[in-house]
Amino acid sequence: MSDRPHPILVGVAALVYLFLMVPLVIVVGAALSDTTYLTFPPKGLSLRWFENIFEISAFRRTIVTSLQIAFLGTLIALLIGIPAAYALNRFRVELPNWLGTLFVLPILVPEIVFGFALLKSLTAGAGVPIFAALLIGHTLLVLPYVVRVISASLASFDFSIEEAAISLGSAPVKTFFTIVLPNVRAGVIAAFILAFITSLNDVSVSLFLTGPGISTLPIQILAHVEQFFDPTVASVSVLLMFLTVAVMAVVERTLGLTFLAK
Amino acid sequence: MISRRFRRRDGATGWALSAPATLAVIGFLVVPIGAVIAGTFMDPRGIFAPYLSYFNSGFRTTVLFRTLQIAALTTIISLIFGFMTAYVVARAPGRLKSLLIVAAVFPLLTGVVVRAFAWLIILGRNGILNQTLLALGVTSEPLEMLYTQGAVIVGMVYLFVPLMVLSLVGVLENIPRDVLQASSSLGASPLATFWQVLLPLAVPGLIVGAVLVFTGSFTAYATPQLLGGERQTVLATLLHQRAMVAFDWVGASTIAAIMTVITITIVLAMSHIARRINPMAT
Repeated sequence: MSDRPHPILVGVAALVYLFLMVPLVIVVGAALSDTTYLTFPPKGLSLRWFENIFEISAFRRTIVTSLQIAFLGTLIALLIGIPAAYALNRFRVELPNWLGTLFVLPILVPEIVFGFALLKSLTAGAGVPIFAALLIGHTLLVLPYVVRVISASLASFDFSIEEAAISLGSAPVKTFFTIVLPNVRAGVIAAFILAFITSLNDVSVSLFLTGPGISTLPIQILAHVEQFFDPTVASVSVLLMFLTVAVMAVVERTLGLTFLAK
Repeated sequence: MISRRFRRRDGATGWALSAPATLAVIGFLVVPIGAVIAGTFMDPRGIFAPYLSYFNSGFRTTVLFRTLQIAALTTIISLIFGFMTAYVVARAPGRLKSLLIVAAVFPLLTGVVVRAFAWLIILGRNGILNQTLLALGVTSEPLEMLYTQGAVIVGMVYLFVPLMVLSLVGVLENIPRDVLQASSSLGASPLATFWQVLLPLAVPGLIVGAVLVFTGSFTAYATPQLLGGERQTVLATLLHQRAMVAFDWVGASTIAAIMTVITITIVLAMSHIARRINPMAT
């Protein structure tokens, strides 16, 4: 087989990429339209739908809630996930295999089932406040990504360096922070970003964990789309895309873009 | 003696370090979901009553089969196009390849709601596709494209093709080119090389990709909700409707149990098959 793919294959691949990009371009176009309805190509250019996002208090509130939940949930997932990933790699022999599988469960079970189970046992069952339940749900939702990405970085870490430091008299905890953690820095950054984006975009877990006055941005977008067909949602979508581009730029600066493909 | 003492302490340290995450997953995921499933077997009408009433309802069995059908079609379409695209990406020269990978990652990082919404603008009654078709004179009145099974499948393929491409690029890159060159220099036609060498080597990766897409589309909520509406109710939207609109907790729990069992069975069965086909696959 020659090295160059068949022209038909190249053509199909080009069409697939067109299929991937065109809808996003249309959303950007619709967001800039100066009309009260969604249309493409935009009729007249205007940024008023971007202003409209912040004039609707439900959007303002849910943007803040979503950012809070994504940030706190990711932070907690890192706090409990990093030690777990470390233990899974460092004590591979001593710990049972099922422990690794346990941390993958949150992406193995259907998200929507997980959200429903949290509604049943936490908010409806035990009267847990919605914000706390959302935080718990999102922490668990992103935990598998954290454990996986950091485990992958630790897999290539040479633990004999750590042992050398400890046998030379460095305290184990100090060794972890001065030797191990700096070596998996890239993994921690990648885990943070992946977890943050996953939490920010989540629909299925949050779906059941919203209530009067508290909701997340994707749920608010769903609710808005079902009532109004104006370009506000297109503008919110563009804001989210900008955020994604910013995140990818950060990744590119710190880790190189091909890191994302791993 | 000393080493054994150390090892035992090490094991304890390992448990202690993984304890917070372990307890969180057990307490907030395993127990709640277990309780949902266990609850369906404690119905006063009898142990399997909720399942009997589920499968006795024509509407609900239709929803189950529709969901399976949408997931299967999405998986097949994503496999075919994902494989062809991944093949081209894997063979692309350095810079172009990174660009193509970034172009596949970007939609993946854009949320599902945004991506379903894009198709709402395209497929709507006054959407871009209808406007174009009307302008071209292909049709005299707008076509009803939204709230059809086709709309849901297009939205789902849009959701999952990038995932398939990215997971297959890695698989195809790991197939040594020497093997393919050996095949053709020994006289195999490009088609024979594809069917007898490339495809068998890629099968474990194809299975992993297929499982990701099937379970993802089997349990998706936002896309069928926005593009399929009530006319294309799937298990996820039915679960939400039973729980939040009808307050039918037993019905919702039964759907949750059916979804969980099907998903986990498929994941376990397919990863078992993938491992048997290729012992190198993890």
